Amino acid sequence: MSDQILTIVSWLFLGLGSFFYLVGAFGLFRMPDVFTRMHAVSVSDTLGVGFLITGMAIETGWSLNTARLIIILAIMLYSGPIATHALAQAALHAGVKPKLADNRLKKSRRISATREIAGSSNIQAKSSAPTKSRSRTARKSSSATRGKGRGQSSKR
Amino acid sequence: MEGLTEGLFMYMVAAIAILVALGLAVFRALAGPTVFDRALAANAVGTGAIMLLAIVGFLTGRPEFLDIGILYALLNIIATLAVLKFFRYGDLGHAGEEPKD
Repeated sequence: MSDQILTIVSWLFLGLGSFFYLVGAFGLFRMPDVFTRMHAVSVSDTLGVGFLITGMAIETGWSLNTARLIIILAIMLYSGPIATHALAQAALHAGVKPKLADNRLKKSRRISATREIAGSSNIQAKSSAPTKSRSRTARKSSSATRGKGRGQSSKR
Repeated sequence: MEGLTEGLFMYMVAAIAILVALGLAVFRALAGPTVFDRALAANAVGTGAIMLLAIVGFLTGRPEFLDIGILYALLNIIATLAVLKFFRYGDLGHAGEEPKD
């Protein structure tokens, strides 16, 4: 009975591993860029390999082969991020630009520009605000700026 | 006996999935526009070879293939790093970047 349960669980893990492995390979086939392809391969390198090896280890039971499988899994889990990191660094060093980051850069620039505009208006409001406190030494100049500010606001 | 054959069936499914993934990775290695695509695809092919070795070892009842899988896993990362270093410096014996001052 428990044997059948273990077999079913190992089937489940093997099926899940095959699914994630295929998903990663399909991403490697379809993605538009080096960096996005790395992202897709990392799926099959962690989830696919992990599920497949776990399924095989459950099917095998406690033996020397389980130790071998765990060693393979540990090596893959350590070497995958190292290879991906080195690849990304080499690609960036060689001048490969990520395609999908372009839109995001433009968008962030637009957002920062609007923030600058909003910040400058805040600064104007703050510079006009301390004139009411009259803590500064030159009250005339502060009143002049306040008058300017009022004139501008009335013009608008 | 019947359970054994069904277990082998699941190994067969996993083997076919890995073979399809290997085909897609080989396509990317042949068609990749930059050399980094090819290096990434070569890494994926190495991973697929390890998993195929393990699966086929269990499929044929000879799990001793796992030792060869360990060897491939150790070689795979070294090969990727060596290829990247060669295409960055043009020489495997390069000492790396010089210190800035």
